[in-house]
Amino acid sequence: MEKRNLTCIGCPMGCLLTVELEGGEVKSVSGYTCKRGDDYARKEVTHPTRIVTSSVYVTGGAIPMVSVKTANDIPKEKIMDIMASIEHVQVKAPIKIGDVIVPNAADTGVDIIATKDIAAV
Amino acid sequence: MSSYDIVIIGGGPAGLAAAASAKREGIDSILILERDTQLGGILNQCIHNGFGLHTFKEELTGPEYAQRFIDQVEELKIEYKLNTMVMDINSSKEITAMNRTDGLFHIQAKSIVLAMGCRERSRGALNIPGYRPAGIYSAGTAQRLVNIEGYMPGREVVILGSGDIGLIMARRMTLEGAKVKVVAELMPYSGGLKRNIVQCLDDFGIPLKLSHTVIDIRGKERLEGITIAQVDNHGKPIPGTEEDYTCDTLLLSCGLIPENEISRSIGVDMEPVTSGPIVNESLETSVEGVFACGNVLHVHDLVDFVSEEASAAGRNAAAYVKAGGTLGEKSREIPITATCGVRYTVPKKISVNRMADEQIVRFRVGAVYKGCYISAYLNDERIIHRKRQIMAPGEMEEIKLKKEQLSGFDGLENITVKIEEA
Ligand SMILES: Cc1cc2nc3c(=O)[nH]c(=O)nc-3n(C[C@H](O)[C@H](O)[C@H](O)COP(=O)(O)OP(=O)(O)OC[C@H]3O[C@@H](n4cnc5c(N)ncnc54)[C@H](O)[C@@H]3O)c2cc1C
Ligand code: SF4
Repeated sequence: MEKRNLTCIGCPMGCLLTVELEGGEVKSVSGYTCKRGDDYARKEVTHPTRIVTSSVYVTGGAIPMVSVKTANDIPKEKIMDIMASIEHVQVKAPIKIGDVIVPNAADTGVDIIATKDIAAV
Repeated sequence: MSSYDIVIIGGGPAGLAAAASAKREGIDSILILERDTQLGGILNQCIHNGFGLHTFKEELTGPEYAQRFIDQVEELKIEYKLNTMVMDINSSKEITAMNRTDGLFHIQAKSIVLAMGCRERSRGALNIPGYRPAGIYSAGTAQRLVNIEGYMPGREVVILGSGDIGLIMARRMTLEGAKVKVVAELMPYSGGLKRNIVQCLDDFGIPLKLSHTVIDIRGKERLEGITIAQVDNHGKPIPGTEEDYTCDTLLLSCGLIPENEISRSIGVDMEPVTSGPIVNESLETSVEGVFACGNVLHVHDLVDFVSEEASAAGRNAAAYVKAGGTLGEKSREIPITATCGVRYTVPKKISVNRMADEQIVRFRVGAVYKGCYISAYLNDERIIHRKRQIMAPGEMEEIKLKKEQLSGFDGLENITVKIEEA
């Protein structure tokens, strides 16, 4: 039996989780406060993912940058590919929360969307 | 002079939630004063996700979380003034503020909610004599530059202090192509959330050196490098442990401190431990009808708790106004003593007949405790004894006191909250 200790990143509570593995399969998870901790532990030991957040330039807006995020989590090893996909992106105001900024970023099947409303000026 | 029932100082998450809840309690005359160009407070520059899980059951970024509350304020048609700096408030609740259109003006309030948030500690963070070349920023300033202005402060970065903003900026600058070489923390533990250590440092292989500090800075015009060293128990550098790093940027992330110049001008009693006002069960300061919530009261790490606390403050301000300037008869106030590892509590005193059926008491511990108990006593009788796997200064703790338990306790003199060993 293999044991792995993790810190849940589902929320800032940061619960300490213990996963018991046997032959690469999750046998048990303990230490979580809510179900997300259980889900996270199972995923983190098999295929870890992350939400990536950043910001891109805006033209004609009330402020120069709009914050963005991947609409869903993406494989952890793709973080830098996601960043490369928005490096030279520029969008035009107005922008609404949820607007797609880059569709299917870095071929992950996940869109990059705006996380802030920006009025045109 | 214009007058309002409730004036809210600060349009961050605390101010927005306080305004919305006061309005829902039936108060129409509410005004929010905000010095920034937009509502939302510090959340506007916190573009990372992780906000709102407890409130909305989903993970939002800072701006998204803020927008939900901005939308409520708009829907409830609550009045606000942007670009308006509150300069002073006196003890009769007369507010002096300033903006470009109105100039210097005065407002009379029946009740005031303080929601000014906090600012970064800066002085004393870098205790080194000599030059201050360009390239040294507070982590929050760097966050604003990168996320809102779109300007990268540098390419090779060292971070002093492992507060959350520093950790988040370690990841942010790495994602933008900078090389973050090391995060040095003076204390033997990190002041940041565990989640941020995992997601912002471990994910990118950025080393965190605990019990380390910066002892030398090189470069005249522009920063060229720094030296860090390990420190002993008294924070003194240990000879022989020096390590040199070349870098063009040094970020200082040494914690936050409530922004309370205005609270002091009103004359409210302050808690030296938190640098925030002392409040009772109703989040009311020592000046009747003046309430405080959010980071101005004590520095929070979870915005959900800020919103929750602020809603209570807004509700109480509304009750105060509706009852014609009182919160109702006050029974004797029972002090809450924080001791044995508990640094402070919010609230610091409770009037039993005014408390809610369940009163949340929040606090922080002074060191890392493993496998210990949080205990609460009424006089000498222990009523709460809860085991915690781990407690750390970076994470706020809470207990809940029940009204029936307190009101049924004969001769209650004091409440004590402490950490007890197993
Ligand atoms: C870098 C960072 C990362 C964080 N990460 C997380 C996270 O991952 N998850 C999470 O849940 N929480 C997080 N938090 C915590 C959360 O964002 C804060 O606790 C919350 O924003 C506090 O809200 P507030 O309204 O009290 O203060 P603020 O957001 O600071 O708002 C205060 C407002 O008052 C205004 N003001 C101040 N003085 C005056 C004056 N004299 N006149 C007029 N206006 C004034 C300011 O301009 C500001 O808009 C983070 C905080 C920071 C700083
Ligand atoms: S288990 Fe639940 S409460 Fe604990 S950190 Fe994970 S998401 Fe948060």
